[in-house]
Amino acid sequence: MVNFDLSSEQKEIKEMAMKFAKNEMMPKAGEFDESGKMPMDILTKAWELGLVNTCIPPEFGGTGFSTLDSMIITEALAYGCLGMNTTLMANDLALLPIALGGNDEQKKRFLTPFTESYKIASFCLTEPGNGSDAAGLKTTIKEDGDHYVINGQKMWITNAGYADLFVIYCTTDPALKHKGISCIVLDDKNVAGLEIGAKEKKMGHRSSDTRAVTFTNVRIPKENLIGNLGDGWNLAKMTLDHSRPMVAASAVGGAQCALDHAVKYAKERVQFNKPIAGHQAIQLMVADMAMKVEASRLLVYKAAWLLDQGKSNTELASYAKAFAADKFMEVATDAVQIFGGYGYSSEYPVEKIMRDAKLIQIYEGTSQIQRLVIAKEIFSRS
Amino acid sequence: MNIFVCIKQVPDTETKITPNGDGTYIETSSIKWIMNPYDEFAVEQALLTKQANSGSTVTVVRVGGVKDTEALRTALAMGADDAILVESDDNLDSFMTAKALKGAIEKSGKSADVIFTGKQAIDDDCLQVPQLLAGMLNIPSVSVVVGCEEASGAFTLKREVEGGALEVYEVKSPALIACNKGLNTPRYASLPGIMKAKRKPLAQHSLADVGVSDADRRVKYSNFQLPPEKPAGKKFEAMDEAVQASVVAEVVGLLRNEAKVI
Ligand SMILES: Cc1cc2nc3c(=O)[nH]c(=O)nc-3n(C[C@H](O)[C@H](O)[C@H](O)COP(=O)(O)OP(=O)(O)OC[C@H]3O[C@@H](n4cnc5c(N)ncnc54)[C@H](O)[C@@H]3O)c2cc1C
Repeated sequence: MVNFDLSSEQKEIKEMAMKFAKNEMMPKAGEFDESGKMPMDILTKAWELGLVNTCIPPEFGGTGFSTLDSMIITEALAYGCLGMNTTLMANDLALLPIALGGNDEQKKRFLTPFTESYKIASFCLTEPGNGSDAAGLKTTIKEDGDHYVINGQKMWITNAGYADLFVIYCTTDPALKHKGISCIVLDDKNVAGLEIGAKEKKMGHRSSDTRAVTFTNVRIPKENLIGNLGDGWNLAKMTLDHSRPMVAASAVGGAQCALDHAVKYAKERVQFNKPIAGHQAIQLMVADMAMKVEASRLLVYKAAWLLDQGKSNTELASYAKAFAADKFMEVATDAVQIFGGYGYSSEYPVEKIMRDAKLIQIYEGTSQIQRLVIAKEIFSRS
Repeated sequence: MNIFVCIKQVPDTETKITPNGDGTYIETSSIKWIMNPYDEFAVEQALLTKQANSGSTVTVVRVGGVKDTEALRTALAMGADDAILVESDDNLDSFMTAKALKGAIEKSGKSADVIFTGKQAIDDDCLQVPQLLAGMLNIPSVSVVVGCEEASGAFTLKREVEGGALEVYEVKSPALIACNKGLNTPRYASLPGIMKAKRKPLAQHSLADVGVSDADRRVKYSNFQLPPEKPAGKKFEAMDEAVQASVVAEVVGLLRNEAKVI
């Protein structure tokens, strides 16, 4: 049987997260978008309320939320501000490989501190020369006594300027492609050879911190390797199965916010002697927007639900990521259209949402790459 | 200290209200309920009082419909220890509500050292239940409280009066304190709090269990109506200087005789 009802606890979680988004995030979203600063007070408050690091299991101090629960939370936070949500979501992205593939000692050492105070983590996969083709990464890992030595450069790393912990994907030999990739944790931000680049200037998500990270003979103790050498690609894939629905959930939150703004404005704005909501062209646009938001949400829920059932969700995760991101872009563009000239002004909220929407089609696998994943799954079946 | 908080569930301020079929109440089926905003200040003050007095407990009490128990669960998630729900219709009058609250508090087996409430509920705006409850319990009550300090069972309370002035009261426990906006900043229910709330005790009673019957009703609601729709505004054409003086005279006349505002 299909059941579309959230549990009473999930409804409460949603309510609480939305209240936080509306009262704490939305009023400050514009200000931090303009300044590009990290809203540390708001982020810390979100952490205090348990809205961050939802992937940490209860045995290690986490809250023990299901994947679906974390989708509900992410949707709400993204409703409040996409940029702040990226900062918070990047923590989960970085901690997931540890939660999914680390041993108990590593989970205790790396995850538990994130439950004791607000700490920030970075997921370092993308490189200047390797984005979509992530398996072609060139950052190397070499054994040296009881340490591994890391050399290479990462690009577009969210949170890098503030991170207490870096999860690094690297290879024993680029020629080995997927099979050579490993995943290792750097939990010493003062280690010799770690160089954090300047903050990138971005179109949207401007309060989130994005930088290049360079490793020059960075030494990391061997016990920080997650799994074995060569397990990295699998860990990355398992991580993306969780994080892609989460990114899709953020698209749903952003799109819902754009839709709500558009509906409210359409009822207030009068042209040709009636509220523009009375013009059929606007009604059709709003109806399309609402369908897109709800269809995206259902894909997100299903992609998350599959994981909670212990089933494979790779294909559904890509459906959700590509569909929700593309629809979010359309919905945000239409919201600006409904606001007319006012929508183009940063005095009104939808202009920022439209800029923020674009990134969702790019990071954690572009919309094109999601379609490649889907097609690969489809054709591998027959 | 045994701390009690009385909370009411009210329609969300964004809910569209319509009278029910026979006009005896409002249509409740499609309402989204929230905790009465003033009661949030009461819950917060109760939790602050508990924090300052180790070994204290906070019990939240609500009289009302059982379809949703959001408000009680929110209070438990914020940090209250246990909850009591007296099942009833949502349209009790103030007297019945106060009597049911008294009965529920007495039935809990704990003697209340302090009772916090909101100063009013934002749905019916009666502003009666706190004072009635204090009267029935024969304890002092102070309402519209914006400052609350406690030291060994004595409360120093600031209440707002006309013109923004403050009155200061000293009351000894047991007492009832009805809270106003500005008293504190209510905390959010944290997510771990929401998870923990599930396991906290919630006692349920009927009105009869707490000694209330229909004979206690003082007010019978019979004719809920929506306020009449506002008539459309009047527009006056006065771009032409020649007519301005007469238009002004006309407007002043209408304000005086029709709108009766000057
Ligand atoms: C603000 C921001 C934050 C980010 N945060 C992180 C982070 O925290 N950690 C991290 O590791 N990375 C992060 N990224 C990187 C992000 O995941 C990559 O930018 C993304 O994967 C795309 O890679 P690319 O930029 O190199 O584009 P490219 O791979 O060069 O792609 C360029 C274009 O070509 C298309 N394309 C590429 N290959 C194919 C193909 N085979 N078929 C069809 N089309 C194709 C793409 O879809 C795209 O349209 C972030 C990026 C941004 C902008």
